[in-house]
Amino acid sequence: MQYLLLIYDAESGWAKMTAAQQAAMYQEYGQFTQQITESGNFRAGHQLKPAATATTVRVRDGKRVLTDGPFAETKEQLGGFYMVEAKDLDEAISIAARIPSAKNGSIEVRPLVPRGETAEGTKVEQLSEALRGLVHS
Amino acid sequence: MDLEKLHREESGRILSTLIRLLGDFDLAEEMLQEAYATALQKWPLEGLPANPVAWLVSTARHKAIDRLRREHSFELKQAEIARYSEFLAQPAAGFSPELAPDRERDSVDDMFPDDRLRLIFTCCHPGLAQEAQVALTLRTVCGITTEELSRAFLVPVPTMAQRLVRAKRKIRDAGIPYCVPSPEELPGRLDAVLLVVYLIFNEGYLASSGDALVRRELCAEAIRLGRLLCELLQGQSESRSDVEALLGLMLLHNSRCDARLSADGELILLEDQDRSLWDGDQIREGTALTELALRSGASGVYALQASISALHANARTARETDWPQIAALYRVLLSIHPSPVIEVNRAVAVAMAGSPEHGLVLLDDLEKREELREFHLLPAAKADLLRRLGRMAEASEAYRRALSLATNDVERRFLRGRLSQTEATSYGESTPP
Repeated sequence: MQYLLLIYDAESGWAKMTAAQQAAMYQEYGQFTQQITESGNFRAGHQLKPAATATTVRVRDGKRVLTDGPFAETKEQLGGFYMVEAKDLDEAISIAARIPSAKNGSIEVRPLVPRGETAEGTKVEQLSEALRGLVHS
Repeated sequence: MDLEKLHREESGRILSTLIRLLGDFDLAEEMLQEAYATALQKWPLEGLPANPVAWLVSTARHKAIDRLRREHSFELKQAEIARYSEFLAQPAAGFSPELAPDRERDSVDDMFPDDRLRLIFTCCHPGLAQEAQVALTLRTVCGITTEELSRAFLVPVPTMAQRLVRAKRKIRDAGIPYCVPSPEELPGRLDAVLLVVYLIFNEGYLASSGDALVRRELCAEAIRLGRLLCELLQGQSESRSDVEALLGLMLLHNSRCDARLSADGELILLEDQDRSLWDGDQIREGTALTELALRSGASGVYALQASISALHANARTARETDWPQIAALYRVLLSIHPSPVIEVNRAVAVAMAGSPEHGLVLLDDLEKREELREFHLLPAAKADLLRRLGRMAEASEAYRRALSLATNDVERRFLRGRLSQTEATSYGESTPP
């Protein structure tokens, strides 16, 4: 199963760190990424630029509305993510717990909807068939 | 044959095996329901099978195979089902389950001895909301119906049904595995399971609101779960001692259930209870388990609470209660598990051990805490100590305060009763302005 590990952490904490502490953090992340790559769990991962660099886009009644900043102001901000392959939730959780930011922040573990299925697990082909039946009846 | 009784006693075992085979809660439950329906038709006509449990597992399995074949996901589960079929086909086990009365029952356990353990750990996975863990455990491991659950937890049936649906959906969608945790994870995960069992027991022992103070069914189920865990964790002596401590605690509390309420449903305090109504067998077993747990090194919350309960249970009269020992145990308990209830209990124990003024001081200090302002047990305990000291006017005031905060009907009636006593006694005294 594939999971997205969403890394939430207070940006103010990062700002308070010394250069040496920040370098140590990057090193920890580097080691972690290497470990999960070697173990075959890594699929993708990136640090994100700070929440202030975000722009939120909404289209309402055909009109595009832009706001400066993330979609919601929160105490902890989305700072990065990993996409991993894990055999079950327990494995995904134990990977998430090793993310360096887990010590001070929060990691949301969210399963991906597999390709070819809806969120409820219905096979897309079955749905298409059902729809086809409706259209032609 | 009482099918309902069979369902209650055996569905946990049957269901856990089917979930293992089919990898799906809903499918397992549905197939079991269909198997019951078939049993209701066939058994009256063909007679009772030699091994009803094996018959139900086998029938449900066949129905599941049919269903899975139709849905094309047969290949995924084929390995499991094939293994089971092979085992059944062996000469020793006999080909037809009906001809091998006890063997399939034993062989189900031999092959998958940890099925019920897997089921309990899955239901109590920390990724599920606490109340969902409680509901799912009672529903699938204990066979309690959704209607019974909604009555026990005072929520509408659709609410309880949705709680269960959401929990099963989360298990499926998030990929919560159906397995016993690894040795490293076992202690932490067992804590979650024990907490669920303890919550179930407490829900039965003390209703959070409403009329009935004791809901015996839930207490009985919690004790059953405790026993099951002890049995299933035979090989893990370290983890087992915590389970023994919890089981001891529940048995000791439960031993008093006939003495806690009067015929009119009124609350009777521990010191006023008729000790001849206490269940000696449960006290003996509870005490033995507590000692066993302590000797095996249990020193946590359940072991300490069980020790305190054992001291109460083994005092022949209220007067002979070893209060100093109890006060000391509460102090240790507070150091590992600070909680307002335990603080109040400790203050009371200190008072009963011979220093009521000291007990009052402790309670006064607690009342200063912001977060305990709405805690009704605090003024209730104060009122009781003041009453014992003969300070009736102050006791009345404290009882009134407790009444303004208490929500449980039985507790409220008790407090009102005490208030009229203290008011009556202080009627002749002049009340300070």
